[in-house]
Amino acid sequence: MYLLNRQQRHVVNYSWMIVSLLLVAFLPFFLFLGLYLKSFLLLHDYSLVDLIFSREWRPSNGKFGFYPFIVGSVWVTLVAMIITAPICLLTAIYVTQYTKKYFLRIMHPAIDILAGIPSVVYGLWGILVVVPFISRYLGPWLEIKTMGYSILAASLVLSIMIIPFVLNILIEIFKSIPTELKEAALSLGATQWQTVKSVLLRKAMPGIIAAFGFGLARAFGETMAVLMVVGNVVRLPKSLFDPGYTLPALIANNYGEMMSIPRYDSALMFAALLLLIVSLFFNLVMHFFIVKYNKY
Amino acid sequence: MSDNAKISIRDLNVYAGKSQILKDVNIEIPKNKITVILGPSGCGKTTLLKCLNRLTDLYPELRVTGEIMIDDNNILQAREDIYKLRQQMGLLSQRPYPLPMTIYNNIAYALKLRGIKKRREIQKLALHYLQQASLWDEVRTRLREPASRLSIGQQQRLCLARGLAVNPEIILADEPTSALDPISSQFIEETFLKLKNEYTIVLVTHVLRQAKRIADNVVFMYLGEVIEQGSVEEVFGNPRMEKTKQYLGGTFN
Repeated sequence: MYLLNRQQRHVVNYSWMIVSLLLVAFLPFFLFLGLYLKSFLLLHDYSLVDLIFSREWRPSNGKFGFYPFIVGSVWVTLVAMIITAPICLLTAIYVTQYTKKYFLRIMHPAIDILAGIPSVVYGLWGILVVVPFISRYLGPWLEIKTMGYSILAASLVLSIMIIPFVLNILIEIFKSIPTELKEAALSLGATQWQTVKSVLLRKAMPGIIAAFGFGLARAFGETMAVLMVVGNVVRLPKSLFDPGYTLPALIANNYGEMMSIPRYDSALMFAALLLLIVSLFFNLVMHFFIVKYNKY
Repeated sequence: MSDNAKISIRDLNVYAGKSQILKDVNIEIPKNKITVILGPSGCGKTTLLKCLNRLTDLYPELRVTGEIMIDDNNILQAREDIYKLRQQMGLLSQRPYPLPMTIYNNIAYALKLRGIKKRREIQKLALHYLQQASLWDEVRTRLREPASRLSIGQQQRLCLARGLAVNPEIILADEPTSALDPISSQFIEETFLKLKNEYTIVLVTHVLRQAKRIADNVVFMYLGEVIEQGSVEEVFGNPRMEKTKQYLGGTFN
């Protein structure tokens, strides 16, 4: 009936599982190793501190300063998170605690549609709507000269992109908190808001941090939509209305043409390595907070 | 309302959409006694309990009609201060749900909601309520630990202490021992017996022996209706209704 007997099948299945596990476990390591080897040329010629903190980017003259890109990425990501976090948190609390159930049934498909739109479409929307809005209305209104392509435009587009993802996770987290816990707080005479504040938020804290961390990682790595509206100017942005450049945009914009200059190639690999390390760092910090809050 | 009735439920009906969960419920719950509400699962016991502290408000699909008088005060009327009202009652649910904070803060939170602000007083009262729930000796050295680290039985007693900390007159308990081991259950039962001099206790259960052990009064419910109510001697010793006899005799179907 079978080619192998029960014992043999067990061994085959078991080894297959081990192999898959090892594959998944070592994938990040291989990624890291590959990027490191490819960027070795650059790391060999320049000191790490110089690469990270130097501001000059002139590959043809052999100047590779990544500081503007790092600062650009951090600005865009942070501002996007500052916009995203309160919106998502308040929306999730409102739709799970204050509205009737059918409201959530209407919301869910809307959120899923937003989550499914390709990033290039968000980028186009940014060019057609957000950039002109900033250059024609917001900038003049605040009496700031801006061409619209800016850190702020990128952050706005980015936050609209990650809101559905973060919101979906947050809604699931709030839904998973047992009603009885809410009833326990209410039965002590707490108001609805007191219950949300001191019981639900506290209980959900590890999940909330994980959701924000997920959003942060997505925002940091997002390439297409950001490079379409951020301006792609290698300069330290002085305000949100200045254009900037991000690490993923640097790689995507230059990958085709740099084949001829070995150091340029190496520099882009180093940018990818930086991206990987920073996301790793985000993950670690997130993990630390999840463990810290998970004890309740 | 008879003279010593603490809670008097009159013509209480609860509808969920087209189905009716409670039908014309009339119950008198005497003061400083343990009243056990007995009945098979799904007979509306829990809903009845939730009506008593208006947790039914959380479920907009429920429609509640009738009167629930507590000390001549109809609590189903909307103008009642619902937060004050809920503080008249301590709730103990089927499984313990400690708040996501330390053991001490679980009690302190309830005390703060009651309006007590002085730290000294909070400490004093927390000790008092933990003792009242027979938990103090087990947690005195670990007050700053998360409440979730306690065993289930200890958690349930912590929830009881928390419920007592709002200074209620009534204790509502919804099958409080169904998730506990026999020793923890016994702890809870003994605590109830001690507490009934000061509190009016309403206990929902489907455990006949538990009802027999600690009840003063018994209300037997079936499919949302009160079948029979009276003192424990009357209902257990000499049940009048056929359904009650069957349930007590274990031949229920």
